[in-house]
Amino acid sequence: MIYKGKIWKFGDNIDTDAIIPARYLVTSDPQELAAHCMEDADPQFVSKMKKGDIILGGENFGCGSSREHAPIAIKAAGISCVVARSFARIFYRNSFNMGLPIFESNDLWAAIKEGEEITVDGGAGIITISGGNKQFKIGKIPPFMEQLINDGGLMKHIAKKRGIK
Amino acid sequence: MGNTITEKILMAHTDLREIRAGELINARVDIALGNDITAPIAIKEFRKAGGRKVFDRDKIALVLDHFTPNKDISSAEQCKFVREFALEQKITHFYEGGRVGIEHALLPEQGIVVPGDVVIGADSHTCTYGGLGAFATGVGSTDLAAAMLTGELWFKVPETIKFVVYGKMPRWVSGKDLILHIIGRIGVDGALYKAMEYTGETISALPMADRLSIANMAIEAGAKNGIFPPDDITRQYVEGRGKRPYKFYASDADAVYADIIEINAAQLEPQVAFPHLPSNVKGVSAAGDIKIDQSLIGSCTNGRIEDLRIAAQILQGRKAASTVRLIVVPATPAIYQQAIREGLIEIFLNAEAVISPPSCGACLGGHMGILAAGERAVATTNRNFVGRMGHAKSEVYLASPAVAAASAVLGRIASPAHLA
Repeated sequence: MIYKGKIWKFGDNIDTDAIIPARYLVTSDPQELAAHCMEDADPQFVSKMKKGDIILGGENFGCGSSREHAPIAIKAAGISCVVARSFARIFYRNSFNMGLPIFESNDLWAAIKEGEEITVDGGAGIITISGGNKQFKIGKIPPFMEQLINDGGLMKHIAKKRGIK
Repeated sequence: MGNTITEKILMAHTDLREIRAGELINARVDIALGNDITAPIAIKEFRKAGGRKVFDRDKIALVLDHFTPNKDISSAEQCKFVREFALEQKITHFYEGGRVGIEHALLPEQGIVVPGDVVIGADSHTCTYGGLGAFATGVGSTDLAAAMLTGELWFKVPETIKFVVYGKMPRWVSGKDLILHIIGRIGVDGALYKAMEYTGETISALPMADRLSIANMAIEAGAKNGIFPPDDITRQYVEGRGKRPYKFYASDADAVYADIIEINAAQLEPQVAFPHLPSNVKGVSAAGDIKIDQSLIGSCTNGRIEDLRIAAQILQGRKAASTVRLIVVPATPAIYQQAIREGLIEIFLNAEAVISPPSCGACLGGHMGILAAGERAVATTNRNFVGRMGHAKSEVYLASPAVAAASAVLGRIASPAHLA
């Protein structure tokens, strides 16, 4: 899959309370959650971002609570994928399980400014900054996780294995 | 080449005869946990995948503890949705109302999780049960759905960091201070994807309440799980509670570790994590003059009877400062009753504390203890992220029950040693 979009740049340790504060967890409706995406990191984020944009995080993106509401809010807000230097482990597995594309790149963060555009080629494992020829390698995804993505998430993967349509 | 306790427990829940860190495996799950926030998504995913019946109604725990007693209509709807599922599926370990306690205090207390288990929970602090010598880790709602349906889940076998703790902990220093010190030392991603295994003479002497507090905050260092080798203290705790047979596992002498870190507990003083990261830790003597508006004693980290006893010891014959709202949250109904029997609740009421029913509400900024802009709280909880307990411009300082109690009296962050 190829994702092309404008970068919204965040720092290290963006926690799930910043991605979707607990005060909004009285619902699991994706659109209601999307309305508050990244609110405690940047209160204007939802009004500024456009469909297809990309979130760029630093180290340990998505740390803290296990709330799957965090990747749900990001996906429903229209963010096409998240790139970070590293991901916290529950956020990482949640994203694969529910189908939010995420990519690890250690070097992109320091090489790019907010508002620049990138192309993420998941298949080739390459990120390119638009208007230049600089390329960045994406961290390798284990074959099982690739299978999860191809099947459309964990539950569809399980349903397929169990022969349920 | 030997295995760690974490590798051994995981292997025992597969059909594999050998297991190594880094491998992706499917493991059988002994208990799968959800709460009123995470279970609704799991139930929807369970049904979407064609789920009609859970794999084993005795191996699922549904605990309505976060926005309860229901804080508003939306949270009431979420609880109703989970309740209907629990009744339909005849879930054995379903808790709400006067039976509910904070999940990670409740499950060990009720013997629902035991040593040697593989436990997954759609709540990041599920790692608490590592205190019992179980493999326990927080996952998402979709993971919970998969476990409810199939009885197993995928895991990457984690590498392990071993912490060897020696020296006698000084007065007023607790397991909470030890884990805050460790997180301060290695950082909020210092154990990312890894297991944190605790050994050494200090650990062998550590009561179960402290072990559970330490294991509880493994996630705050990015870890997959925290784990204590089970021993006589574990056996004493589990005997008479365990609802299932338990099994003790131990790391081999030649197990492989990613790192080994030694800690001299005798050099510790009470610790405080400053806003807005659990790793932003200082000794209480270096805290400076931090005025507080609220002190919260409770949560899955520090709401056990031992925590309330320490707080009561400090609050006996004293009052919270007039500028401080002191909130005490016994973590389970049994702890609440025990606190009444021991006269602790009376001490708290005389200290002008508010006694909250068992609930996660205040800790995660849900309800019953929200902070306004500019307000500061000292809390015995586990997270101090921006906006964690309320307004994005409020501040949370993490500390032990001893520091939270002393701070409530003095109106500023302080050690019990500062009390006259």
